[in-house]
Amino acid sequence: MMEALTETYGNPSGAHRLAREANRRVDAARASLAESFGITPGNIVFTSGGTEADSMAIHGSLRRLADRGTPGVAVCSAVEHHAVLEPVEFTGGRVVAVDANGVLDLDHLGVVLAELNEKQVPVAVVSIMAANNETGVIQPVIEASRIVRELAPDALIHSDAVQFSAWRDTSDIAAAVDLMSVSAHKIGGPKGIGFLAVGTGVTLPAIQMGGGQERGRRGGTHNVPGIVAMAAAAQVMVAERSETVERVENLRDRLINDVLAGAAGAFVTGAGADRLPNIAHFCLPGIESEPLLFMLEKNDVMASAASSCSSGAQQVSHVLAAMGITGSDAPGALRLSLGRDSTKDDVDAAARSVVEVVDRIRSRG
Amino acid sequence: MAEVLVAMSGGVDSSVAAALLVDAGHTVTGVTLKLWGGESDSGCCSVSDVDDARWVATALGIEHHVFNLGSDFNEHVVDRYVADYAAGLNPNPCIECNRHIKFSKLLDRADLLGFDQIATGHHAAISSHEGSLYLRRGDDPAKDQSYVLHMLDQSQLRRLILPVGDMTKDEVRRIAEERGLVTAAKPDSQDVCFIHSKGGRQEFLGNRIPLTPASVVDTEGVQVGSVQSVELVTIGQRRGLDVGGNTGRKYVTDIDRTSNTITLGDRAGALRESVALHRFVWADQPIAGPVVAQYSAHGRPVAGRLERLGNDGADEGSVVWDTPQIAVAPGQSVVFYDGDRVLGGAIAR
Repeated sequence: MMEALTETYGNPSGAHRLAREANRRVDAARASLAESFGITPGNIVFTSGGTEADSMAIHGSLRRLADRGTPGVAVCSAVEHHAVLEPVEFTGGRVVAVDANGVLDLDHLGVVLAELNEKQVPVAVVSIMAANNETGVIQPVIEASRIVRELAPDALIHSDAVQFSAWRDTSDIAAAVDLMSVSAHKIGGPKGIGFLAVGTGVTLPAIQMGGGQERGRRGGTHNVPGIVAMAAAAQVMVAERSETVERVENLRDRLINDVLAGAAGAFVTGAGADRLPNIAHFCLPGIESEPLLFMLEKNDVMASAASSCSSGAQQVSHVLAAMGITGSDAPGALRLSLGRDSTKDDVDAAARSVVEVVDRIRSRG
Repeated sequence: MAEVLVAMSGGVDSSVAAALLVDAGHTVTGVTLKLWGGESDSGCCSVSDVDDARWVATALGIEHHVFNLGSDFNEHVVDRYVADYAAGLNPNPCIECNRHIKFSKLLDRADLLGFDQIATGHHAAISSHEGSLYLRRGDDPAKDQSYVLHMLDQSQLRRLILPVGDMTKDEVRRIAEERGLVTAAKPDSQDVCFIHSKGGRQEFLGNRIPLTPASVVDTEGVQVGSVQSVELVTIGQRRGLDVGGNTGRKYVTDIDRTSNTITLGDRAGALRESVALHRFVWADQPIAGPVVAQYSAHGRPVAGRLERLGNDGADEGSVVWDTPQIAVAPGQSVVFYDGDRVLGGAIAR
């Protein structure tokens, strides 16, 4: 990354030697990323991160149908990241329910697509995240993709794999869908860089135009240091993944057991579902998240209530609401995320802190 | 020195309040309350106000947090405001916010989080008198906010610091300017923070409750005009009623919600001998007898006699004015003073 900032600092779209060197860096990163994520290098469209990739997928798919003169709608699950949910709702799309564990309701997906069929409303894109960013619940993307291919064969399928990609191999999902979003900062890379994988043969009109970069799919000068760093982070992540996943999962389970044993009434959100190894998401009935997080921070436990995107404007999470967790349970949401560097001492300290702080809040109740 | 949580609205007063607390050697943490999630262009609590508060906190080298008390605010302030109008009352939402949010919810939260005291940028002071604490009028008469803080009792006053209470607004702005705080030249918040200036109360309430048209008559019962919503008309009001051919100053002397008729008359018709009260609050001990009372945020204090009904537990009473006063709208707060000292208050029935 430093080299890209200080030596090969040319603009990869230029023609001179420095530009060509920078372009070679981008090419190498593209090839490396393709290998890390089980995709084809030419399918990678670099973006400023997951949100832009999601936005490009939804708006681009809608444009694709509109350009053909058959405007359609977007469909997504109720627990999507706001980067998907907001463009889908903004453009008048449909939202598919999840069950009490936060897992996509495949029957409801079928119902929604059949309804749209019946009304002769074309479906531009169906977007199902690979794993939820708040609860870590893994979604049946491949099963969903089969339903979409059958009931809405002209639709593109998108999967936001931002949360998933650090912990599980994305090859199968990439093969099953047309569009897949990835963000560097979830895999140990820097913030502000990501990509949308656009399947071979899929034409996705550009949303951000100008300059013609990324084969005309996304205008704008490449973030070369970010791209190089993302590729390096992905290599490390993939090389260490199987070991990391097992270790982090054990730590996460230890954390969950200790919190459940110490904090009366606490339950794990989406406990009945297959979940990512790094997220321990609890609901703590009768506990308000804000004082909880404030007090945890005093103990050097940096946690969040929902996704960190909405901190500063904390609202009841749409993910929990979609799972039917409302009323007195929802405000006490606590998400503890582990990283690949987390240790046993870290999780023990975190569990002790949570139990102690919950006790302190309850004792004043 | 104390651990102090200072409520920072993103305005100049609370910015300077925070700065003065830091100067005084306290361990200071800033917090901005996110209260209203809907549309608004006045008052405080917008995203840019949160940014302003954070920039000031950074400049002062203190931590800054955001507490979302939106659902409490909706329940205790917004919903109540709407229900009060529907019931023919004239509520003061700033007072209810102070009563239920800033000096209740926020104070409890501060206790829970281990703070010794909270602070705000209100223009009013706290001083002790015969062993008890009292709120005093701020030194800047144009900015005095003691009226909207009148509900504070001993336990609240003990845990509250009002660093700019003894300053004029000009002094506050000068300090902010000297320290280069981004909020130095920010205009004062006006109006109700959750109401958009363009649509006003009419639109806000109209989206939430049915508003009732009413006819406007003179004292002889002859119709002289009409209004779209009787809910927005206040007894004693003398502006904002669009009636043609006005001769002299007219006041709303009566509002009949059964026939939806508003009567306009001369000043004498709008005068009342007394105001009936309930929901009393006291800084320390309840009082009765001769009193000076103020019945609007920037009104002048008026002499009268406070009578409380029944025994001490009763929450009803009245002030009989020494000379008749323009009618106090039901729902308005009436605040009792001894000189500059706030003794308590109640709500007009």
